Amino acid sequence: MNKSKGRVVSVNESLVGVEITEGAVINGEVAYIIIEDGKKLKAEVIDVKTGNMVYLQVFEDTSWMKFGDTVEFSGLPLAVKLGPGILGSVTDGLQNPLYELAKKEWFLERGLEVAPLDTTVEWHFTPSVKKGDIVTGGSVLGSVPEKLFKHKIFVPFSMQGNYTVESIVEEGDYTIEKDIVIIKDADGNSKKLQMAFDWPVKTPMPFNKRSVPVNPLPTGIRILDALFPIAYGGTACCPGPFGAGKTVLQHSLAKHSKADIVIMAACGERAGEAVEIFKDFPELIDPKTGKSLMDRTYIVGNTSSMPVAAREASVYMATTVGEYYRKQGLDVLMLADSTSRWAQALRETSGRKEEIPGPEAFPMYISTLISAFYDRAGVDILENGETGSLSIMGTVSPAGGNFDEPVTQATLLSTGAFWGLSRALSDARKYPAIDRIDSNSKYPSLLKHEEVTFLLELLREGKTIASNILLMGEKGITDEAYITYQKAELVDAVFLQQNSFNDVDGVTDPKRLRMMFDVVKQIIDAPVTLKGKEEIRSHFNFMRQAYIDWNMVQVDDDTFQKQKSQILNLVKTMGAC
Amino acid sequence: MLKKTYENIDSIGRAILSIKAKGVHNKELAEVIYPDGKRAFAQVIAIEGDRVTLQLFGGGFGVSTDCKVRFLGKPVQVGFSDDMLGRVYSGNGQPIDGGPELHSDLIRVAGPSINPVKRLIPKNMIRTGVPMIDVFNTLVQSQKIPIFAKAGEPYNKLLANIATQTDADVIIIGGVGLKFDEFHFFKERIEEAGSKSKTIMFVHTHRDSIVEGLMVPDLALAVGERFALQGKNVFVLLSDMTQWSDYLRQVANAQDQIPANQGYPGDLYSQLASRYEKAADIDGAGSLTILGVTTMDDVTHPVPDNTGYITEGQFYMKDGYLELFGSLSRLKQQVNDRTRPDHRSIMNAMARLFSDAEERVKAQKFGSVKDDYSLRLLEYRKVFQKELMDPFRFLELEDALDLCWDILAKHFKKEEVGLSSKLVEAYWPENGEFKILKNTTDV
Repeated sequence: MNKSKGRVVSVNESLVGVEITEGAVINGEVAYIIIEDGKKLKAEVIDVKTGNMVYLQVFEDTSWMKFGDTVEFSGLPLAVKLGPGILGSVTDGLQNPLYELAKKEWFLERGLEVAPLDTTVEWHFTPSVKKGDIVTGGSVLGSVPEKLFKHKIFVPFSMQGNYTVESIVEEGDYTIEKDIVIIKDADGNSKKLQMAFDWPVKTPMPFNKRSVPVNPLPTGIRILDALFPIAYGGTACCPGPFGAGKTVLQHSLAKHSKADIVIMAACGERAGEAVEIFKDFPELIDPKTGKSLMDRTYIVGNTSSMPVAAREASVYMATTVGEYYRKQGLDVLMLADSTSRWAQALRETSGRKEEIPGPEAFPMYISTLISAFYDRAGVDILENGETGSLSIMGTVSPAGGNFDEPVTQATLLSTGAFWGLSRALSDARKYPAIDRIDSNSKYPSLLKHEEVTFLLELLREGKTIASNILLMGEKGITDEAYITYQKAELVDAVFLQQNSFNDVDGVTDPKRLRMMFDVVKQIIDAPVTLKGKEEIRSHFNFMRQAYIDWNMVQVDDDTFQKQKSQILNLVKTMGAC
Repeated sequence: MLKKTYENIDSIGRAILSIKAKGVHNKELAEVIYPDGKRAFAQVIAIEGDRVTLQLFGGGFGVSTDCKVRFLGKPVQVGFSDDMLGRVYSGNGQPIDGGPELHSDLIRVAGPSINPVKRLIPKNMIRTGVPMIDVFNTLVQSQKIPIFAKAGEPYNKLLANIATQTDADVIIIGGVGLKFDEFHFFKERIEEAGSKSKTIMFVHTHRDSIVEGLMVPDLALAVGERFALQGKNVFVLLSDMTQWSDYLRQVANAQDQIPANQGYPGDLYSQLASRYEKAADIDGAGSLTILGVTTMDDVTHPVPDNTGYITEGQFYMKDGYLELFGSLSRLKQQVNDRTRPDHRSIMNAMARLFSDAEERVKAQKFGSVKDDYSLRLLEYRKVFQKELMDPFRFLELEDALDLCWDILAKHFKKEEVGLSSKLVEAYWPENGEFKILKNTTDV
C-alpha cells in the first residue's frame, strides 16, 4: 500500500507538528508517530497548513517524542469496528478493550493497541441471501446470535450501488475475520466481506426513513416518566452542579430503562464511578431477560486521566455503536457523561492550535458540534418495516453550576427534554433532585396530558404558598391555602421523591406508576374539613408515613393492598372530621 | 552516552528558558549549569524545530545567558525506598531534614494511571471518629476527596487528624506553598500521634520556586503508588491544591498559552484529574486514598469547581465546622449499607429536617415563625449543630447514630420524621431515655 510519511517538527503537549516527506495527507486521517523505543502512538490529523505541514492531535502522552521522529499516515479516518462482540465489552475511547489491555499491563501504558472485537470467537452464522441475489449497502446478508439478540450482518452502509452475490458461506461457525461473502459490482469487480466492518466515528450513519420520537421510554424514575419524559429516539440534557445527583440518576437510568441496549460513555469522568458500573452490571440480573445486565450493555470507559484527545473521540465512538444497533432494529439508550468534559477537550485542543477563543474560551464552533451530535439520535424505520431508535441523554457539568455557560445553552437548544438538577433539592435530600418547576419535556408522558398539567399546577401553587409562609408565617395564610401546600408537599415526598437505593422504591414500572398516581389524585381531589394548622399538618404526616411504607412494599406482597387501603382510609377521614 | 552541553540560551522567563538544541526528547530532564558551577534541574516541555523550551525547577530568577544546559537523557524520576519513611524531602526530591541522601530505586514520576478494570469497587469504610464524616459522608478507602475551606479555616488540623486517627499503613504529606508554621504543625502533629515512622513529607514552602511546588503532588503520588502496589494502604495528604493550580497558571502564562477561565490553562481539569485519579483500590494490591485541601472563597471559582467534578465528593468547612450541606461523599453508598441498618435512613431524615429548619431560619428574619413545630425545628437545628458538627469531637459511628435518634426523639413525634415505621420501632428511644445526648435542658 502506498502510505504517506512525515517527520515530527514540533511537540506541544498533545499537539504535534509534522512535515510531510512522502505522499499526500487527508484531513481527519489517522497517523502513527514512532518514537525511540519503537512504540507507535496513535494520532489524528486535525489541521493541514499551507506548504507541507500538518498538525496531529495525539491520543496518547507525548513524552519522549523528539524532532525528526517518523510519522506514518494510514490513509483512513478514525473508525470504530462494528460487528458481533460489542455487547458486554468495556473499551477506552479508541475501542481498545480494557480487560484485554489489563492482561498486558496494569497501567494504561502508551502505544498498546488491541483488536477491538475478539477475532478468535466463532459466531454461528446463518445466511439469508444466496448466490445471484442483488444486494446494496445496508442489505442483510445473514445473522448470528449475540447475547439476547439476533445480530444482523450487513453489507457495509457506505457501499453504493448494486452488487451481485457471487458466493456465500454455508450456515456454520466463523470468526469476524473470515470472508463470508463475495460480491461483484456492475463492472465485474469482486469484493470480499466479513462479519465486521469499519465506520468513521465522526460521520453520522444515514437513516433509512427518519421518524419523529413520540413513544415514551419508561425509565422507572417517576418524576421523569410522569412529568419530564424522554421518548424512544429522543434527546435529554441533564445539567447540574457537582453533587446534585447526576451519577446516581444515570446509573438508575442504565439499570432500569426499558431500552434493549444501553451504552454508557464515561467521557472524562471519574474512574471510580466507571468501575462501579462495569464491576456491578455483570452481577445484576435484568428482570426482563433473567440475564446479566451487561449482556445488553456496552461501556466506553474513557476516564478523566486518559489522554484528552481520546476523550473527544470517545463520545463519537459510543454514538456510532448506538447507530449501528439502531440499524439492528433495537432501541438503544446512550448515556454520555459528561458532554462538558468532551467540550473541554475541544477547548484544550483549540487553545493549543491558538484559535481565537469564543465565550469562556470555548471554540466558536462548539454549538454547531453539540447540535450535530444530538442530531444523531432519532427513530429509524428500517427497510423491513422494523423500527430502531437511538435516544441520547447527555449530562452537562456547567462551570460553577451556572446554566448560562455556552455548553449548557447549546445543549438546551439541541435536546427535547431538560432535566435541571437543583442544589437546593439535593441539599434537602429530595432525590432525584430534578427541579420540579424549571425542568421540561416536549415528549409525551406515561400519564395523560391533563394529568401532567394538573400535577405541575399543584406544584407551582405549592411553591407560591411556601414562599408566602416564609414571609408571613403559617398563621399568615388561610387553612385552605395551607391544605393545598400540604398536598403539594405530600405529592413531592411520596410520588416525585424516590429512594434509588431501595429495591422496591428505586424503580417503578408503568403499571405501578399509574396506580400510584391514581392514589395521589384521590388525595389531591379529596375534600378536607380539618381545621387548624396543627391538625392539618399532623394528618398529612400520618398519610405521608403510610404512603412511604407502601412505597417499600412489592406489588405481590400480602400487605400491599392492606397498606393501600390504609392510605385511602386516611384520605376519607380528612373530610369526615 | 556522552551528554552534550548547549550554551546559546535564547530567552529566560519567570520559570522557563528556551535554547537551540538537537536530539532532545519531550519531557526530558536537563541540568542548568551556572557559571560558578552551581546546578539546577529543568524539564523539556515543548519542542519547535531545534528550539527547545524548558521548565526551570528553580525558577528563572538568577539564570544568566552564560549558563549552560545539559540534557540528561532520562525523564524526571524520584527515589523510592522503605528508608524514606520518617523523612522530609523538598519539592525536587532532595532531603531537607538534615539526614543522609538515600541510595534508592528510581521510579517514574507522573506516569500513566492504572487501568480502570484493575480497580476494585471501593468497599472499606475508613472510620475517622468525626460524626459529620462517619455518619453523613462516610470516607472510603481509595477515595479522593478534598476539604473545601477558606484560607483561615483549621483545615490542616482536620487533615492531620483524619490521617492519624485512622489505621493507614503509610502517610505521605505533600505540602504545596506551605507557610513555615503549617509545615511545623504537620511535623508536630505526626510526632504527637506516634505516626512519624510511617510518614514521608514532601514539602514546598513559599521560599522555594513554584516549579518545585508543581512537582510535589507528583512526587508524593509516585511514592504513594509504589507503596500501594506493595499491598499497603496509603494515605496521601495534599495541601493546598489551589496554590498548586495557581502555580500551574503562572507557568502556563509564562509560556504564552491561551488562557481559559480566569486565566487558568485550558487543561486545568486534565491536570488535576491526572493527579487525583492516582487514588485507587488496586486489584491484588493495596490502596491509595487522597485527602486534599482546596482553599477557596467561592465554590464557583475554577479550581474548586473543576476539583468537584473530579473528586469523589468534598468536605465543606465553614466557621470551623464541617457543613452538612455542600459536604458530600460519593462513595458512602458503598459502605453505609453494611454499618447499621438505620444508617442511611437516619442520615437522610436528619438532613431533610435540617433543611426544613434552614427555611425557618430565613423566615425567622421576617418575624413569622411562631408556631410550635417551627420552633421545635429551630431548636433541633441548634442541638444538631452543637452535638454533631464539631469536626474535632471524637465519637464512634454507632454512638453518633444513637445520638441522631436521641436528637430526633427530643424534638419530634415519630410520624414527623419521615422514616419507615419499621426503623422507628427498632431505634426510637422510648420514654425520653437517651443513650448519648445528655438529658439536660441546657443544650
